[in-house]
This record gives sequence, C-alpha cells and structure tokens, in this order.
Amino acid sequence: MDIIEVTNLHKRYGATTAVDDVSFTVEAGEIFGILGPNGAGKTTTVECLTGLRAPDRGTLRVLGLDPGRDRGELRQRVGVQLQESRLPDRQTVGEAMELYRSFYRRPADGGRLLEMLGIADKRTTQYRKLSGGQKQRLAIALALVGSPEVAVLDELTTGLDPQARRDTWDLVEHVRDAGVTVVLVTHFMDEAERLCDRLAVIDSGRVTALDTPAGLVARVGAQQRVQFRPSVPVDERLLTDLPEVTDLRHHGQHVVVTGTGNLLQAVTSVLAVHHVVAHDLRVEQASLDDAFITLTGRRSV
Amino acid sequence: MSALYRLTVAETRLFLRDPVSVGFGVLFPAVLLLGLGAIPALREPAEEFGGATFVQSWAPAALALGLGILALQQIPVVVATYRERGILRRMSTTPVHPGAMLAAQLLVALGAAVVAGALVVASAWLLLDVPLPRQPLEFAVAFVVGFGALLAVGVLIAAVAPTLRLATGLSTLAYVGAMFTGGVFLPQFLLPDALVRISAYVPPGVQALLDTWSGVASTTAGASPPLMLQVGIMAVLAGVVGGAAATLFRWE
Repeated sequence: MDIIEVTNLHKRYGATTAVDDVSFTVEAGEIFGILGPNGAGKTTTVECLTGLRAPDRGTLRVLGLDPGRDRGELRQRVGVQLQESRLPDRQTVGEAMELYRSFYRRPADGGRLLEMLGIADKRTTQYRKLSGGQKQRLAIALALVGSPEVAVLDELTTGLDPQARRDTWDLVEHVRDAGVTVVLVTHFMDEAERLCDRLAVIDSGRVTALDTPAGLVARVGAQQRVQFRPSVPVDERLLTDLPEVTDLRHHGQHVVVTGTGNLLQAVTSVLAVHHVVAHDLRVEQASLDDAFITLTGRRSV
Repeated sequence: MSALYRLTVAETRLFLRDPVSVGFGVLFPAVLLLGLGAIPALREPAEEFGGATFVQSWAPAALALGLGILALQQIPVVVATYRERGILRRMSTTPVHPGAMLAAQLLVALGAAVVAGALVVASAWLLLDVPLPRQPLEFAVAFVVGFGALLAVGVLIAAVAPTLRLATGLSTLAYVGAMFTGGVFLPQFLLPDALVRISAYVPPGVQALLDTWSGVASTTAGASPPLMLQVGIMAVLAGVVGGAAATLFRWE
C-alpha cells in the first residue's frame, strides 16, 4: 500500500528552482531513502511533504491527506526530525519530552521512548550538556513522541562520530520494525545502502533514479575492478585488447583494470600465459557510491 | 491541559534558570532604587521635583529600566535565538503552532514585569517612605499599556532582524533610546523641554507612571499632557507596532 504519493512536485524560490519535477511513492513499512548531493532539493521535497512549504505545482498525498489542506491532521500522524533544529539550552530532556507529548492526541510513553533511544539516564540533564549523539537521539525521540505512522528524518547522522552513526542506524531499523514508515533524507551512501529498502536519487531537483540500493548498483552495470602488482612489467595492450576490459590505469606499481563480465578470469589467464605473477591481487565490486557518481556525475561526499 | 499552559510553564522554568534575566529584569530595578534611596540627600523633598523627593520622582524610571530589559533585551534575543536554533521550526512540525510559543514568551515577560513592578512599588513604600500609587487602577493601566508598547517594539525587532547579532544590536539601541527619554540616565528636569514632551509618548511612558503614582506633575515643561491622551497614544502605538510585528514576523 502506498502511504506517500508525490507526483510532479515543483517548487522554486525566486529565480532558483529547488525542485523541478519529483515523483515517487513510499510503501507502508519501508525505509525509503531520498539521496542526493547537497542542494539537490531533498530538504525542500520533505518540507513540502510535511506541509511546511506549499509546492508551486504537483500533487502530494500523505496517509491519504493533502499536506497543504489537512495540515493539522497530518502533524498528528507524521513525526519530523529536521536538520539543524535544537532546543533551548536550559531545557532538560524530561521537560522537552513532557512538553512535546502534550501536543499530541495519542502521545507515546515518554519513558519507554527515552529508554529505547538509550538516553533514559539523561532525563534531568539540560540540553546544553548533551553530546551531539544524545541531542540527535532526543531529536528522534521528539519526532516519535506523537506515535506517528510516518517518520521523516532529515540528515540524521551528519556530525556524529562513527559509533554514534551505527547506533543511530540500529535505531532507525528498530523504529521501522515497530511499524513506522520511515522517510530518510541523506547524502551518505553507506547510510542509504545499509538502511533503505528503496531510494530515490535526486539531483538538481529531479529524480534521476528510483530503485533498491542493489538495483541501483546493478543499473550502473556489473562493473568490477581488479588491482594487482605485476612481477614484471606488462604490455598494456595484452590487457586492453581483452573484450572484458574497459579501462586500465597505473597507480604507482599497481595496475588497476576496470571491466565487466568475467574480468578476473580473463585478466589472470592472460597474465599466466605471459608468465607474469599478480601480487597483492584485489577484486572490488561496484558500490552504491560508484552508482551515485555515474547517476549524478559527481562525488557524493 | 492546553499547549499554551504547558508552554508557559516550560518558558517560565527557562526564564527562572537564566540568572541574567531574573537579576536584571526583575530584581535590579528595586535594588537600584533602594541603593539610591540609601543616600539621605535623595530622600529630601526638593524644589525640582515639586516638593517630592528624588527617589519618589525617579522610581518610575527604575521601573522603566526593568521593563526595558524584559521587553527590549530578553524578548528580541530569546525569539531570535529560538528562530536561529530552529526551535520555532521544530514546533511548526507539531500540531501546535509556534505562535503559541511566542505567546507563552510574552506571558512570561508580562509576569516578570508585574513582579518587578510590585517589588519596586513595595520596596519604595516599605523602605523609602514613597506612598503607594495614589491612582492604583490608572497606574496599573498605564503600566500594562506602557509595557505592552515596549513589548511590541521588542517583538518588531525580533520580527525584522534576520540574525541574532542584529537583533541584539537593534534591541540595545532601542533600549538606550527608551531609557534616555524615560529619564533613567538623567532626571527628566535636566532634559530639554522638547524631549520631555516627546518622552510622555515613548514607551513605557514614564510620565504616566509618575503621574498616577505620585499625583505630582514634576516636569519643568509645565503641566503634563492628560493621562488619557498619554495612555491612549501608547495603546495605539502598541497596536500599530504590534500589528507590524505580526505582519513582518518570519518563523524561520
């Protein structure tokens, strides 16, 4: 069942077109990723979804509601964690929870939520004394405090250390397992690859791809890289003449061969025939990172 | 329990945890007045004050000092901070409009102003032999309307200042202006006549507070304008400035 439907969304600010033409649907119970470089229109898209901004064109349905018209109902049922939104310095974790609980029709159990997020012992701690990871956890708690059916999480792990990022990922999976549909906005490949069931790649205000992470990687072609250090210099043409090889580069003493099909087999047999031993042999599969660069023509981070 | 009530409780807690706003906004005016009252000469009736004491005629200015801190320092800075830190933005994703948070702020400031006013009046009465306001009802109206006009200016600054830095700068400028015309830095009898006449209409309306408190018209500029006119103009000012603030206000 589709919980969110976005059709031909368009939004411009003055002369800048932030979102040009974005369409996608999100199914109940999935973690849906919106991936793209900074300034691609991700945040504007979710701002329109959550009724914070009115789109110039296009239709939006969230839980069967129109985010513009049914704003009040939407805010009861959709939890939002926005990037760069903090709390007053001297407010304690417990006070913030109680305050935000009072805004909702069906508030979640605040204590249980803090426990699930691992900050139950910070109840009486003032916001200014929390670490970055703890602040982020509290932000997620506040997005979930209204027992939402959909949670929108924007740039969840920006600025967190590696351990806090992994913990936060576990948490997002936990939230999904509890039956909440998650829309995750990110510009991190590893995050999208690890968490998302499906994702939309947005670039310059348009959806350039919409697929599962594995599907996106496959779409770029089953590109592989074989890297080795030859025992004696090899004539490049021996390798570039192979139909499987698309590219060959030198990295110091190493040779990096890119190609498709049974690349490893083809390369090693040619080397064996010419009595070249391949030291430090490594094979790499294409990652979502490669897919992203191919799709958007630039590096992600 | 309503969201506004919850927000007001939360904002009151935050206000009380901030030593600067409590110290300067609430306690400082009474402390300063008592400090000046400790000087015997300032408790002697004098010609310049129409037979009243300096302390008596300066007490409304002490009050203006605290009201100015609350309306022109506390409010613009807190609101600009809330906007800059995305606190209002987060509120706007919940079922409660961020306007409720703003309303709670204003209620807290009004509460703090009433406490500050009560402290000044009570300490002047108990310790400095300054009589209680002779026209208590009119005094209360002049106080609330005058503070309302100051608050409107504070919110207007918060509305138009794009950054916290600019909000701080503008609010300090407004504060110094209001304090100067209110006779906080120099007693009103030392100010030029024109300035004194204008000051009757500059929030928080020190003249109206003085008239309703002591019943003594103390300026050298002759009789002060009718109280109704002063309060009326202040109310119009509060309405116009407040309306402009509401129109220009940006939530993010």
